Amino acid sequence: MAAYNFRTPLREEDVRTLRVGDIIYLSGIIVTARDAAHRRIVEYLRAGKPLPVDLKGGAIYHCGPVVVRRGDAWKVLSAGPTTSTRLELYEPEVIEKTGLRLIVGKGGMGPKTAEACSKYGAIYAVYTGGAAVLAAQAVREVVGVEWLDLGIPEALWILEVENFGPLVVTIDTAGRNYIEEVVKKAEEKLKSLKASLSRQ
Amino acid sequence: MADAIERAAVEAIRRAVIYLPPDVKMALIKAYEREENDVARAQLKSILDNIELAEKMARPMCQDTGMITFYVDVGYDFPGARYVRDSLVNSARVATQSVPLRPNSVHPFKNVNTGDNTGRYSPQIHWELVPGDSLKFTVVPRGGGSEYPTALHMVPPGRGLDVLREVVLESVLRAGAMPCPPTIVGVGVGGSVETAVFIAKKAAALRKVGTLNEDPELAVLERELTEAINELGIGVMGLGGKTTVLAVHIDYAHRHPATYPVAVVFQCWAARRATAIVEPGGDFQILQ
Repeated sequence: MAAYNFRTPLREEDVRTLRVGDIIYLSGIIVTARDAAHRRIVEYLRAGKPLPVDLKGGAIYHCGPVVVRRGDAWKVLSAGPTTSTRLELYEPEVIEKTGLRLIVGKGGMGPKTAEACSKYGAIYAVYTGGAAVLAAQAVREVVGVEWLDLGIPEALWILEVENFGPLVVTIDTAGRNYIEEVVKKAEEKLKSLKASLSRQ
Repeated sequence: MADAIERAAVEAIRRAVIYLPPDVKMALIKAYEREENDVARAQLKSILDNIELAEKMARPMCQDTGMITFYVDVGYDFPGARYVRDSLVNSARVATQSVPLRPNSVHPFKNVNTGDNTGRYSPQIHWELVPGDSLKFTVVPRGGGSEYPTALHMVPPGRGLDVLREVVLESVLRAGAMPCPPTIVGVGVGGSVETAVFIAKKAAALRKVGTLNEDPELAVLERELTEAINELGIGVMGLGGKTTVLAVHIDYAHRHPATYPVAVVFQCWAARRATAIVEPGGDFQILQ
């Protein structure tokens, strides 16, 4: 386990050095995207349409923030992660076609994302679920917002962050998926518990 | 009166999304003190820091300010009964702007967000008529992450009690890190399906953490299940350690002889709730 400070754009060789359990503090640009945004990103990619934001070397954040508008500027009040599992449907293709290097969320992702991470050089890291005010402290500025027609939680919020973290790497490029490993262990444990439960 | 009910509801929503109830906070502090896994401890520390910061800055502790649900007890003789529904719906609209809340009410076919946390069956309002002349309601803003892994099992009645523990443990395993553990797990046993889910949800979201089940046998079962789940080692945010649940709360309803529903409902650590009591004259107080 080690702690690193990274700034976007991220380089493939840097993220490939990271291993599960490592801690990252991220500075630079991170783009929020949830279900509807991912769906549209994939539609655009398949149609060959340019995305409104360049994700090459970039970071995506599974997050639908609480925001307020003050004059022309938006302010992020709360911005914790949403459950990443739902984005498993889209993320492998997004990683493959955009050159995305970092995905931040919570709850873990599945084998297809893990495979895309190791193949194309990206990592998945988690931020504490629900720690949304704390997360918002790292947001320096809302650089822009795209696809607001999807609604506030689903829009692409382009955020400039400073030392956003600690982000715990749980999928690395070496093929490890830490949360899946924890759940597998729990499954084994349940098998042995079941034996004792049925005796009761 | 309509205005007083609306103001009480807006204040209850505001308090609920910003301030975690003391019983939940206490349970999290205890979990932090007990936890030995470094990664899990760091996560719990972030949770506790976040709770404090939310209070200090008066901001919603979690960006998912949830689906707004009201559990309402209307006194038979409460003079403002006719205003309650509209005032509660309005309060969701007003609070969305004033707190603010994230708009979370989406048409399931058109996928359009109404933008103000209102819509068909939204906010949700559950009614009870009770003796007395006051109005009492508890607002629960529940996040989507808590809702997503909900499990309903129709188990063979002949095996009901035998498999109950297994069913709960398997549901917890399947939920994994999704509902933001440490969670409070609500288990609803018996009834018809909607009752099973309803009482499970109330057990998870309304009952105070640290309270004992009034049925001594269920109190024992709750403790056993809490220990068994925590032995699974899923841990805070699925990162391991000994804190997967803060509590297991069980409720039951009489069932049909041929059915045995078991509902398992998850409440994330941000177990938000606030209760408003509105007197017949319009004065109100908010309790957490």
